[in-house]
Amino acid sequence: MISIQTQDFSLSDEVELLEAHNDTDGAVVTFTGRVRNKNEGLGVSGLFLEHYPGMTEKSLEKIITTARERWTIGRVKVIHRIGQLNVGDQIVFVGVTSEHRQDAFAAAEFIMDYLKVKAPFWKKETTENGEKWLDAKDSDANKAGDWS
Amino acid sequence: MIQVNFFAALKEQLECEQIELEFEGIASVTDVKNKLVANNPNWKTALDNQSLLMAVNHEMVSQEYAVKDNDEVAFFPPVTGG
Repeated sequence: MISIQTQDFSLSDEVELLEAHNDTDGAVVTFTGRVRNKNEGLGVSGLFLEHYPGMTEKSLEKIITTARERWTIGRVKVIHRIGQLNVGDQIVFVGVTSEHRQDAFAAAEFIMDYLKVKAPFWKKETTENGEKWLDAKDSDANKAGDWS
Repeated sequence: MIQVNFFAALKEQLECEQIELEFEGIASVTDVKNKLVANNPNWKTALDNQSLLMAVNHEMVSQEYAVKDNDEVAFFPPVTGG
């Protein structure tokens, strides 16, 4: 399940949903990404997240489908916030359940790595030097490439 | 007609979010780009940026990808979500 939203989310509510009436999966792995107060040596006070409606959902569905082909996983939830966010705010959530931990860990990391390079989101930071669109990092491309 | 969308830094550079193009003379994403530049010569530098990504109907494609009438084409910088 995918949700692109401006509002915040609750980690405990999301874990509850992943676990509710789910007696088959012994493993629940979650990742939450938050806004840092620093990036590339500059102080950051917040960021604005833009996305491509329609393509975003489609690309995330594709990533989840690929994860399901590679690992035996149960429930999957991806939340990505858009709009104006402040330092400390939650940005992204990935939750995966599976019978055993290995598949849940791997699938959650895979989904996050691919989201970073395939899903059409863009961050504009408000830094101490003004506003700045983030440049994509080679390290993110390399990390996603490691899965192929 | 073809609908063309721009996002993030590119949208700001072009000062344009969305534009429609006549399909005539368009066979590939490269043709879309060339037609955009022909209609707006001051867009050349921004659209010639080799790091730009392209999508047709919400799928990431290469610049040789075939474009059909009524397709939705998009140009945008490398993504930075997560």
